[in-house]
Amino acid sequence: MNIEKNTEKQRLNFWEKIYLPEIARGLGMTFVEMFKPKVTRQYPEEVWNPTGSYRGRPVLVLEEDGERCVACGLCSRVCPALAIEVAAGETEKTKERYPIKFEINMLRCIYCGFCEEVCPEEAIVMSKDYDLVFEKQEDAILDKDQLLIPMAQLQDRLEFLRQYRR
Amino acid sequence: MPQIIIDGQRIEAAAGKTIIEAALDNGINIPHFCWHPSLSVAGNCRMCLVNVGSIRRAADGSIEHDADGNVMVNYMPKMQIGCATPVADGMVVDTQSHKTESAQNAVMEFLLINHPLDCPICDEAGQCKLQEYSFEHSKGKSRFDEQKVHKPKRVELGPQIMFDGERCISCSRCIRFADEIAKQPAITFVQRGDKVTIENFPGTTFDSPYSMNVIDICPVGALTSKDFRFKTRVWEMSFNDSICTGCSRGCNTKVGVRDNTIMRIEPRTNMHVNEYWMCDHGRLTQYDFVNENRVSEPMIRNSAGQLVKADWNDAYAAAAELLRSVKHQEIMVIGSSKSSNEDNYLLAKFAKSVLKTNNIDFVRHFNEEFGDSFLRTRDMSPNAHGAMESGIAHHAQHGTSIDHLADKISQGFIKALYVMDEDIALIPKIASVLDKVQVLIVHTHNATATAEKAHVVFASSTYAESEGTYTNVTKRVQHFTPAIVTKENERYMGMKMSRWDKFGAFNDRWTQGERRNSRMSWRIVQGVANAMNAQWQYKDSESVFEEMTHHVDGFKGMSYELLDEYGGMIMGRIGTPESKGVVYESHYFKPQVS
Repeated sequence: MNIEKNTEKQRLNFWEKIYLPEIARGLGMTFVEMFKPKVTRQYPEEVWNPTGSYRGRPVLVLEEDGERCVACGLCSRVCPALAIEVAAGETEKTKERYPIKFEINMLRCIYCGFCEEVCPEEAIVMSKDYDLVFEKQEDAILDKDQLLIPMAQLQDRLEFLRQYRR
Repeated sequence: MPQIIIDGQRIEAAAGKTIIEAALDNGINIPHFCWHPSLSVAGNCRMCLVNVGSIRRAADGSIEHDADGNVMVNYMPKMQIGCATPVADGMVVDTQSHKTESAQNAVMEFLLINHPLDCPICDEAGQCKLQEYSFEHSKGKSRFDEQKVHKPKRVELGPQIMFDGERCISCSRCIRFADEIAKQPAITFVQRGDKVTIENFPGTTFDSPYSMNVIDICPVGALTSKDFRFKTRVWEMSFNDSICTGCSRGCNTKVGVRDNTIMRIEPRTNMHVNEYWMCDHGRLTQYDFVNENRVSEPMIRNSAGQLVKADWNDAYAAAAELLRSVKHQEIMVIGSSKSSNEDNYLLAKFAKSVLKTNNIDFVRHFNEEFGDSFLRTRDMSPNAHGAMESGIAHHAQHGTSIDHLADKISQGFIKALYVMDEDIALIPKIASVLDKVQVLIVHTHNATATAEKAHVVFASSTYAESEGTYTNVTKRVQHFTPAIVTKENERYMGMKMSRWDKFGAFNDRWTQGERRNSRMSWRIVQGVANAMNAQWQYKDSESVFEEMTHHVDGFKGMSYELLDEYGGMIMGRIGTPESKGVVYESHYFKPQVS
């Protein structure tokens, strides 16, 4: 494209150059939209509740007798952003391994859901939490206590996984 | 020598070798579980089934060809196990065809019938032969719908070994190891069929000093180490080549490190030194002093008598000043049989050319009870030969020996001690007179009693943080490389790092393992020497070793490259190095997808 021959002067006609009809057209659009139904949401007051397919902050499933996680470390291995750190210990349960430490660095997490996909125990799932706010870098590293969520609160996601997993 | 053909490749194999050995010598890997080159042949896992036959010949002896011109082979009606079939002239072996592969797939299916598939909680996951072969020889789905057999889990077979009966595939490698190598027949199969499991003979426990090797050779996670159990996953560790410092055998090892902390030490194959094994003492005692109770900064004693952290250059200058305050012959230099040849060489050079003293010796560590006829030696230090060869030796005619040190100190002949990586306060006679020493300069890894009394303390790197060479009991010089990052070796080229090591940032907690401000002992010696106007310019351990190869007879003709190539070289026999040969690794770290 030859820029010299495509100046505003050459492109626009007289009415376009004075802008007035365009202003009128824009205001008209605004007035019309005022009487149409609203699609925006008053976010902090009106909270959005996503469906089960939503990939929010990854959390650990907490059953009655403790966490499902056996600290196999596959989530940590598959995580493309290296957000997860797991350290294992031994328990008296049948599944003799459990996480002593399970930390997710939410500054690294990219919400890809690979951890959920690879988990052999369905112990880490994506929750509906999307409004994460941290004041310090250290606060963004969530430990086991912050990650464990009772199974009852994760029913939507678990149901979604049951339906759509191969 | 019999000539055989494996997968169309003509191979000369020594008579008496089995098919699997002949194949391995030529780079062909036949899948196997129970076979191990150092153990007797059991032939019970059936994984190495191969198709064996001979070339079909017509009545007149000519080779027959099929319509496409291919040589026709008469295969045996049933498949043979490669580990127990000796080679014979004219044998044709096929490890790749559909028939062989389907036989191997079928064996895998049988092995997996009662295997719990609890890889997520199994320590072996990531370096498991069963996992590797499931990858290559299995359908990924089980046709077995019934209840799996339940067997005892969490059984202690010995003080260091935990046994899980359900994971066991009954290959008998551990039983054969206990009988043949550890010479302690304490474990055996009990029951029959799918109920078969492993137990101690009544009243025995498998507590041989070599017991933990069964954990390495176990092809599945049935035998796990009580010490390592669940500490970390294998793929989260970096493994760097090192040498065990537990005794003077110098077993080749790999040091597994996560978060800049040693997690475990495992043997590395070197057929001339330790073959595939190492002793439990080496595995269990050689990492605590690296991980814990470290002196991580150089320290100087201030006027109030307190040891305070200092800058390296200040510490060098302080040490130099203290050493200048006494006469040459009042200084005693103590080398270390636990430090590398490089450290000892430079210390000896420092003593002779800078301090100009004849008082030079090192502490010997003998334990008659420790030695045995297999790997363990009565000399508990890794480098006594090397220290002597490098110049740390007492001369009978002149100079003070370690035995007379206490007397010489109390008589006032020795006023300054320069101690490298040795806790001399452990020798009661010397400890009692240590307060009389005017100048005590110490290189130390740990906060020891000697370091407590020192005037200048240099934080020295342990074997796991250094590069260098050790000379073992057979005078074999072996090269070791750093496994742990310090401020000194942060940019050491060629260090193997795990994914976590590579990509960790300052705000990731997994990288928060301590990076100590320690230095290799030879570098500290160079610092002190330069503070006394020596002007030495050694860049790295290799440049020190390079100089040693010119000045010390024992090391003539050696280089790090050659040492790595031949798995160490014996002093005085440089001309005829033994070849490394084909190194057998029982477990690959990753599945070898062909």
